[in-house]
Amino acid sequence: MRRVNPEVTHRAASVGLWLSAGLALAVLAYIIGLVLVRGLPAVTPHFLLASPERMGRAGGIFPTIVGTLFVTTVALLVATPLGVGTAIYLTEYARIGRLAAVIRFGAECLAGVPSIIFGLFGFIFFVITLQLGWSVLSGGLTLAVMVLPTIMRTAEEAIKAVPASYREVSYSMGATTWQTVTRVVVPAALPGIVTGIVLAVGRSVGETAATLFTAGASLRLPTSLLSPTRTMAVHFYILAREGLSETHAYGTAAVLVVLILAINTLANWLMLRFRAKTQ
Amino acid sequence: MKAKEWLIERALLLMALSAVTSLALIAIFVLAQGLPIMLREGLGSFLLGHRWAPTKHAFGILPMMVGSTCVTLGALALGGPLGVACSVFLAEVAPRRVADVVRPAIQLLAGIPSVVFGFVGITVLVPLIRNHIGGPGLSVLAAAIILGVMILPTVISISQDAIEAVPRTYKEAALALGCTPWQAITRVILPAARPGITAALVLGMGRAIGETMAVIMVIGNAVKIPHSLLDPARTLTGSIAMEMGYASGEHREALFATGVVLFVFIMVLNTIVNLRLGRRREAS
Repeated sequence: MRRVNPEVTHRAASVGLWLSAGLALAVLAYIIGLVLVRGLPAVTPHFLLASPERMGRAGGIFPTIVGTLFVTTVALLVATPLGVGTAIYLTEYARIGRLAAVIRFGAECLAGVPSIIFGLFGFIFFVITLQLGWSVLSGGLTLAVMVLPTIMRTAEEAIKAVPASYREVSYSMGATTWQTVTRVVVPAALPGIVTGIVLAVGRSVGETAATLFTAGASLRLPTSLLSPTRTMAVHFYILAREGLSETHAYGTAAVLVVLILAINTLANWLMLRFRAKTQ
Repeated sequence: MKAKEWLIERALLLMALSAVTSLALIAIFVLAQGLPIMLREGLGSFLLGHRWAPTKHAFGILPMMVGSTCVTLGALALGGPLGVACSVFLAEVAPRRVADVVRPAIQLLAGIPSVVFGFVGITVLVPLIRNHIGGPGLSVLAAAIILGVMILPTVISISQDAIEAVPRTYKEAALALGCTPWQAITRVILPAARPGITAALVLGMGRAIGETMAVIMVIGNAVKIPHSLLDPARTLTGSIAMEMGYASGEHREALFATGVVLFVFIMVLNTIVNLRLGRRREAS
């Protein structure tokens, strides 16, 4: 048997690894490029600010932008205090112990639950059992449960990264735990905490399966927490699936993708700045 | 002062229980809706029944279980090796400046909504398969390719963490013994990082099996067991999302029962990952 020179194998493998990373990047660039090239020409001020006509074949997407905004806001208003509160409890009060382990395990599992299960749960719990109906509130609460682990984990990491000396100084001056948390730890961890919230916005904005059966699919402008609404992602899904209008589907997709890229870039930038500061 | 601190601690504890409570509520409500019909029909005939005609009282989800399994394995076969290769590239091969650009770029993939993947799937991938490989295009293959791409960020970020957690001294020792960097990677670093890489693949599997919107757009959703990669099929998630809008009564219960199967499967995967990653953390 002829032995291949290990140097040659190493060269070949390096080329292979560069190519695989190149392939992954090419796919990413292709998807984003395709959506932007075909979609952006459709995005005009009229498209953003007008109501849809004929089920979305013509007109704009304004009500779905408002719907997305409302649903996401509800989700964040509920999930942020819960997620950050949990992170504070885990890092500053419980630290170790069986309860903390159970809480972390619960959050890990929640993070792995598929969005369609959140949809089923939101439908039977918020829409039917609590009688909130298909509404901004039902959709927002369902999304809140979904993004809770994201906010919680990022906040926990951020709070853990605050140097112990900060706390020691605070305690040595006679501060209580809560004073230390609110005046020293949370301000120092704030950029990290905000990163988690921004990531949660990104997930909420792009979600379809969890909002389809909880927020509904109404194209009317939502006027209260109990009005049904249609998010941008759901609108895009319906346009694409029913084949109503390819131009409008691409236009909606472009708005969605630009928004999410902007949100994620912001999160990345915040995270980098936070790391640079704490290290 | 003491009383206030005590109150705050209790309040924070209540908040901290929110994740566990949510998980419990999800389990209870989905099970309460789904279990009765599973038990009434018999677990065997529900899980292994071939016929799904919920309006005619036939509730067999075997075709969907096979569909979900096929697309998940296909996604792993495509996205798994590519993802691990990318993570090796980022952790061991790429110059720092390249890695600093590639890593966040790949994480952007994770942020793209699944409906966008599905749409690119129907407008580009499905016609490509129909015209060049054959079949109707809407197929297991199309779903596997789309899912293979979608699981990349999960697989890459977790296995990169696992590779970077391997002590530098392992690699240095291997290089000092005269290994090429590639030999050090395949014989020393990858075996040492194996639990983490397995966890990455299992999590990727969880993402693939739970993915809904991208899959329904490209898989055709026919309720029959696929005989080839080019056949259309339907997944468990797809079944729920397609029919939930108009289902009622027993039909709705059967969809919740489908959700129960999915939920149980995901929880098993999650537990495996937690045990694996937990062990690694203790070891390091």
